[in-house]
Amino acid sequence: MAKYVVKRIAMAIVTIWAVATLTFFLMNMVPGGPFLSEKAVSPQAMAALEAKYGLDKPLSEQYVTYMTDALHGDFGDSLKQRGRTVMSIIQTKFPVSAKVGGMSILVAFCVGVPLGCVAALNRGKFLDNLISVIATCGIAVPSFVVCTVLMYFLGVNLKLLPTFGLTSWKHYVMPVMALSFYPMAYIMRLMRSSMLDVLGQDYMRTARAKGLGQFKILFKHALRNAILPVITYLGPLTAYTLVGSFIVEKIFTIPGLGGEFVGSITSRDYTVIMGTTIFLAALMVVMNVIVDILYKIVDPRIKLN
Amino acid sequence: MKENPISFQSKLKPEDFLPATNEEKESLVVMRESVSFWKDGMRRLVKNKVAMVSLAVIILVMIFSFIVPMFYPYSYETQIKGANNLRPMQYSEQELQAIASGEKVFPHILGTDKMGRDYAIRVMMGSRISLLVGLIATAIILVIGSIYGSIAAFFGGWVDIIMMRIVDIIYTIPDVLLIVLLSFALNAPLEKLVNVPGFGWIKTVGTNLISIFVVFALLYWVGMARMVRSQILTLKESEYVTAAKALGAGNARIIKKHLLTNCIGTLIVTTTLQIPSSIFTESYLSFLGLGVAKPLPSLGSLASEAINGLNTYPYLLFIPALLISLIILSFNLFGDGLRDAFDPKLKH
Amino acid sequence: MAEYLVDIKNERLSFFTPAGEVKALNDVSIHLSEGEVLGIVGESGSGKSVTAYSLMGLTAHPGKLIGGTLEFNGHYINDMTEKDMRKIRGNEVSLIFQDPMTSLNPVYTIGNQIEEVILLHTDKNKKQAHERAKELLELVGINEPEKRLKQYPHELSGGMRQRVMIAIALACEPKLLIADEPTTALDVTIQAQILELMMELKDKLGMAIIMITHDLGIVASMCEKIAVMYAGKIVEYGTTDEIFYEPKHEYTKGLLKSIPRLDAEEHERLVPIEGTPVDMLNPPKGCPFAPRCDSCMKICLREMPPVTEFGDTHYTQCWLNQKAQFEGGKVQ
Repeated sequence: MAKYVVKRIAMAIVTIWAVATLTFFLMNMVPGGPFLSEKAVSPQAMAALEAKYGLDKPLSEQYVTYMTDALHGDFGDSLKQRGRTVMSIIQTKFPVSAKVGGMSILVAFCVGVPLGCVAALNRGKFLDNLISVIATCGIAVPSFVVCTVLMYFLGVNLKLLPTFGLTSWKHYVMPVMALSFYPMAYIMRLMRSSMLDVLGQDYMRTARAKGLGQFKILFKHALRNAILPVITYLGPLTAYTLVGSFIVEKIFTIPGLGGEFVGSITSRDYTVIMGTTIFLAALMVVMNVIVDILYKIVDPRIKLN
Repeated sequence: MKENPISFQSKLKPEDFLPATNEEKESLVVMRESVSFWKDGMRRLVKNKVAMVSLAVIILVMIFSFIVPMFYPYSYETQIKGANNLRPMQYSEQELQAIASGEKVFPHILGTDKMGRDYAIRVMMGSRISLLVGLIATAIILVIGSIYGSIAAFFGGWVDIIMMRIVDIIYTIPDVLLIVLLSFALNAPLEKLVNVPGFGWIKTVGTNLISIFVVFALLYWVGMARMVRSQILTLKESEYVTAAKALGAGNARIIKKHLLTNCIGTLIVTTTLQIPSSIFTESYLSFLGLGVAKPLPSLGSLASEAINGLNTYPYLLFIPALLISLIILSFNLFGDGLRDAFDPKLKH
Repeated sequence: MAEYLVDIKNERLSFFTPAGEVKALNDVSIHLSEGEVLGIVGESGSGKSVTAYSLMGLTAHPGKLIGGTLEFNGHYINDMTEKDMRKIRGNEVSLIFQDPMTSLNPVYTIGNQIEEVILLHTDKNKKQAHERAKELLELVGINEPEKRLKQYPHELSGGMRQRVMIAIALACEPKLLIADEPTTALDVTIQAQILELMMELKDKLGMAIIMITHDLGIVASMCEKIAVMYAGKIVEYGTTDEIFYEPKHEYTKGLLKSIPRLDAEEHERLVPIEGTPVDMLNPPKGCPFAPRCDSCMKICLREMPPVTEFGDTHYTQCWLNQKAQFEGGKVQ
């Protein structure tokens, strides 16, 4: 176990480092810069700005400086939002996205898993067809369509729910619905097929031959085996969803990290790009470790290595 | 306990107990017609109603986006004067006058947008672009992904480990970041390329669309590569390949006869399912404003443009939104049908 | 008290597949007294397992019982609800399967899986169930039972797992044990051990066994009676001695010729049964074995042979035996 943890941490550091390095050079190789779009800035002022943030130095030197600072936990100041550190931006925006994202995953999981099971148990019957149609539609409809349709009918036309901001529970309904739609459909499909697979296994026959009831067969013997693929899928999904979806945040005007990230890319806010990318990579790695450990708990055959 | 009915006995004749000839015996053996893998799969596919309906929808959409525009009286980029924001089937004042003076004016079936462009033709062109992106991007993904995946699987060992680590890293970089950066990075060189004779088409397509293809080529093959790799690894370990090796079959024969025939079903299915996913991604990018160049529409950019007028002109959003969902849905359902028909592992 | 522990009369069972009705069982009758061992022999798809599973109400979808009566230990299986069936399964009748590698749930410990069936059918508490599980493991010859109970199936060898399966099957001391090719997936040396164990336990616990196999060697050493099945029918039924020394059906004779014998003459060749099994979707009109039978007659291709009896215990369904009687001029 200890060996696994060490190995895993080493691997995580390498991955994060590779992602950071790649992003850093890619970002800097692209023509243009953070201060080009600001037309009012005179060449002298721009030079001064670049000097202030160290952008006038050779790229390799910038890289070393950034990495050393980052290692000490200093991700620098935002180039565009004066007086704010990257850390403080992430600290204020991430919880907003994470709250919406976390709820969405919970909804997707709690609805997707049971419906997938129900579909598998009623294979070929009406209920199965119905659920499969819903699931297929779910993965076929892009999130901006879901968002706008929800917005139009529930928000604008029926005026049931507020269309922007996040001040009451009502505000959460539409973003969470929009965000959970795709993963829910995906989990349904995943769950259905893996459940069908498990139902055909020999140990299910053993369970029936023991005289166990349907309930026990399903919940004790089938579910635990069938849920494994869903756990694998949940890892990266959780990482991405917690960081926030740009589209959902844009349409419902939610001040989250997803919108911030895309905004920082288009405005070339180098430090924010780097900070958010590293944050996302770290989150991803952590999620993968959690998935591995969960996997080990659910399936004793898996060896952590 | 088990008496024979007497009547049975009376029916029997001595010649009944003569030996039967081989022909007589063989005539009884009803051999089920042995069918090839492809024939068998095709038969199952044709029987699958959902898949067939989806195929029909795909063909219909293709006719609408590739053939109908050729005969359509409006162009996607022409701005008709005074015909801004017309409702479906509504005519502008100039057009009404023309009709009054006896001219024939083709109706704006879906109305026009705020620039006065006929919306029906824009939707058709939009689906053409979306379909093209889906197909071309998938082709790119298929080629790069399967080559990368098979190399990793064939060499194994360190090559495999390093190649797969690279895949993991690419997987971890947020795709929006790369797309935006790439479209910035590619903009300048592509602009220059436009002036080179023979590359003028780049301008119409837009540099962004080219960047999208490059991004697909750089990013989205990882899923395909993983799939191909695991498929080949499983096959390499399988007993019939070992058996073929033991019988002295050469590498070329093993690849052709065993690996390819067993992979191809899965490959076709994955490719078909990749198409909707590529269309999905393109629509998402277009929605972000990173897609095709104006005035060329794609379904995603049409939806994105319509979002501001949602309260007054909801149909401008719902039509492309519905169409894109329909296209993705049909490709998905058709892909599912293909999988049921051709993936031998799912045969029972 | 019923006459037999198991009494299946004229069972007919079909699978209604999309391609058509597959008549998996056609007029199958089997009876078994307490403590008796019956072997059901036949090739894959002949209906051996289907017969046994239907007795437990475990017929797989889309199979359906369409005729005959099944009786077990005083229960009329035909009329029983699924809920009542559950009380019997694992309690009065147990099943062990061919492949011990896949028959145990990979995510639960051995102990959990044994205790589960004890807790289900008896009123023992957790601790007692644990003690009983330990006892059972000792009974089936597994050392260090306390440690094994905490292990997962993948940590045990194939032979061990089959022992665990037997322990699960015997947990509630069933009246009948159905063993569905219990040794097919095991090494030959382990096979012998498992069979020996089963016989030992049978003597100790006094249960009846239905042994499903395609291995005549196994039935010869274990069973008192043998039913030979072909294409959903019992083509010959008799005591082990009768089947081995006076086989009456051509298929049985073919099976016997195809097994190696120690007392064979030098260079005597094994004789395979030519041809392939029948297509159960389109079974031939006459005797299903006719196309593969060396002594096939014209009548065999046209009509199903009637039952010919030889004494109380031995019967067969083959026209050849009818021929002798026909020529002899009398029925029985």
